[in-house]
Amino acid sequence: MTVEFLSQFLAVYGSLINFIGVNALLALSLYVTLSAGQLSLGNAAFAGIGGYASGILTMHLNVPYPISVLAGAFLPAVVALLIGVPVLRIRGVFLAMATLAFGEVVRIAAVNLGITGGAQGLVGIPNKTTTFIIYGTLAATTYFLKVLGGARIGWSFASIREDETAAKVMGINTTYYKTMAFVLGAFIAGMTGAIYAHLNFIITPGEFGFSAAVQLLIYNIVGGTRSVYGPVLGAFILTALPEVLRGAGVTAGPLRLGVNGVILLLVILYLPNGLSSFFGKKGKLHAQRDGE
Amino acid sequence: MPVLLQQLINGFFIGSVYGLFAIGYTLVFGVLDILNLAHAAIFTLGGLTALWLTTAGGLSMWIAFPLAGLFSGTLGLVLDQAAFAPLRRRAASNLSGLISSIAMAIIFESAALGIFGARTVRFPEGIIVNRVWRFESVTVTSLQVGIVLSALFLMLALTVFLKRTRMGKAIRAVAESEHTARLLGINVDGVIAVTFFISSSLGGVAGILYGLYFDALAPDMGRSIELKGLAVIILGGMGSIPGAILGGIAFGLSEVFTVALTGTSNLRDAVAFTVLLAILILKPSGLLGRGRVREA
Amino acid sequence: MFLEFEKISRSFGGLNALSEVSFGLEAGTIHGLIGPNGSGKTTLINVVSGITEPDSGRLLLAGRPIHRLPSYRIAALGVARTFQNIRLFSSMTCLENVIAGQHLRAGRALVPLLLRLPSARREERQSREEAMACLASAGIENRASALASSLSYGERRRLEIARAMALKPRLLLLDEPIAGMHRREIEEMENLFRSLVESGVTILLIEHNMPFVMRLCSRITVLHFGQTVTTGTPEEVARHPEVIEAYLGVEDR
Repeated sequence: MTVEFLSQFLAVYGSLINFIGVNALLALSLYVTLSAGQLSLGNAAFAGIGGYASGILTMHLNVPYPISVLAGAFLPAVVALLIGVPVLRIRGVFLAMATLAFGEVVRIAAVNLGITGGAQGLVGIPNKTTTFIIYGTLAATTYFLKVLGGARIGWSFASIREDETAAKVMGINTTYYKTMAFVLGAFIAGMTGAIYAHLNFIITPGEFGFSAAVQLLIYNIVGGTRSVYGPVLGAFILTALPEVLRGAGVTAGPLRLGVNGVILLLVILYLPNGLSSFFGKKGKLHAQRDGE
Repeated sequence: MPVLLQQLINGFFIGSVYGLFAIGYTLVFGVLDILNLAHAAIFTLGGLTALWLTTAGGLSMWIAFPLAGLFSGTLGLVLDQAAFAPLRRRAASNLSGLISSIAMAIIFESAALGIFGARTVRFPEGIIVNRVWRFESVTVTSLQVGIVLSALFLMLALTVFLKRTRMGKAIRAVAESEHTARLLGINVDGVIAVTFFISSSLGGVAGILYGLYFDALAPDMGRSIELKGLAVIILGGMGSIPGAILGGIAFGLSEVFTVALTGTSNLRDAVAFTVLLAILILKPSGLLGRGRVREA
Repeated sequence: MFLEFEKISRSFGGLNALSEVSFGLEAGTIHGLIGPNGSGKTTLINVVSGITEPDSGRLLLAGRPIHRLPSYRIAALGVARTFQNIRLFSSMTCLENVIAGQHLRAGRALVPLLLRLPSARREERQSREEAMACLASAGIENRASALASSLSYGERRRLEIARAMALKPRLLLLDEPIAGMHRREIEEMENLFRSLVESGVTILLIEHNMPFVMRLCSRITVLHFGQTVTTGTPEEVARHPEVIEAYLGVEDR
């Protein structure tokens, strides 16, 4: 009986569950960068680069799936390094703008280049990703980021986020760590894009544009960026929410869009630490209680 | 050669609309140190409101134009009250302001979608008288001239306002140092509200002009100009109004030339953003910028 | 000379904040830096900690020029500081603030933590003990798990000092560390600074509290309009005619 129920459940909600997992991973990619106080609006584009690169590798060069995914992770990381090093020397708002511009360049390139399939997208990517792979990666990434938060790197990120000048005089090479946070975020985003590309046979440029980048930001703000579970929570709620609304008769369109906006506004104004602040104790950073 | 001249003229015209739009961005950034990403949504609503006034309201453009501009200004006040003022009271980070503006942009955009629908619409035929003049082999329409004149007039008016009037000086004082301005007894919150009003009405007017120029209005027309506006203020320098104007024109020209050179409009935007990226990497303060570039 | 200022000059848009400031600190002493408001004291500290670069002149730490080094490298040479307008990590607890300050001194390498090795656990415990010790010397160990934003003004200054101590500095730059403290706190800080000096730390102290400065400092430098007026023992400085004029010439204090 349970098996039947489960398989029915998966048949109906399988793709939603996959989608939630992917969004959670993407949200985490932005979380890393935000944890060092930097705003990147380019993580959707990094995911796109990862997705296209790995899709092309698998489709045209018959590269084995795991290597393809790895390549999809490293390529955006390298790009992030190239952008990050000059831009992160200056004020944070410039990274936001640079990544915004970068995202557009990537989208336009994807629409216009032949090898990426143009506006129709890349079609025919072999289906290699399973729910298990998605959630396994999510679990591993969550664990990794949690431990990272309590390590020297994580403490450096947190210090930079709190007060960059104070961090500098404490001996933290802020440019180095900000770049690391940015590149690591790009890596995770690229890896997720690669995994996603092998899920539904096709990826299109529209999925990696500005709205997607904003969505990732919303997951983080709503879920809260004080804990690694925040973005996961945010992704879960905001990916499942449209389905819940649909069940209640509210279909895609202006109202759903507006609801997203209102939620974001309310959270940023009244619950700046996001929904996850309801769960953790205030002020307790990563390793302090979990260290042993 | 005549083609070149024609391109120059076209680029100049569209560039002045970009410049007008960018002034709104740069004004808010100069005064508040915040990037207002809801500006583009108000641009859209300004254009759509003028459309509504001329179609459903049956008003002439001469009346609809300033009305829609004032309405956009009011939206700016709403924006400040809803999204930025609460954060100021809390002394939140600039990042919060950015996110807040994104939230308002989404709300405004969904309002535009809900009220006007997703189709592309246009101003009614003959809403403005459009004469065509030919010099040698160059074509100029009275619409284009009107656009440039309006844009230039507004920019000039703003410059005079900032230099000569008391409120203008107060705005510049707050832009220089909010703390000092407060000590001098300036009503900072009031000044910020006025700044948003001006910035948003300029943005809305830019939307009307844009809609007239391209003969098309859509709820997502803000999307493409938003990023261009950013590129313009980076190019011209954050917080610099002349920079926004010059940057806008330079940008308009570069767009037009890219299309002319490559023969296709596809890469037009890509060039623009690559330029933006390059400037951010090489000289983030832009051509005329005065904003603080290094971390405090 | 442990720390030497050689004709340090710096101007900001036409305003000469520092003009050829020259003096030196002996190792293991408390050196005071005084002067009316706006005389350039904080700017000078910013130069030492690498936040501001001098337009000309040299700064030598144990003979090594540091005036062109970025802040984090100067910190790595053993220089720690507090800020006049207090830059704490407000959403962290006091203990967490100090642990953050251990960046250059504590391990917390990623791989051992990922593998949950016992060495990582030991390190964690040790780091926490040392952080508590810093809090204790500043007299605020009872506030260890309180958020930094909930501290009183005097407690915040003490937390900044505790966090600076976490770096185990050779040179400690204190910018008005006892401002806003009451008498008992000031006494505790006096003892703390003396014991730090006894253990070999050199302190450069900016303070407006004259009796405190006179009691504690073995030598004092006076700045006025960005220029060095004089450097000497407290007695010499108190008698110096230009110093008296600089202070009496300013109405408020």
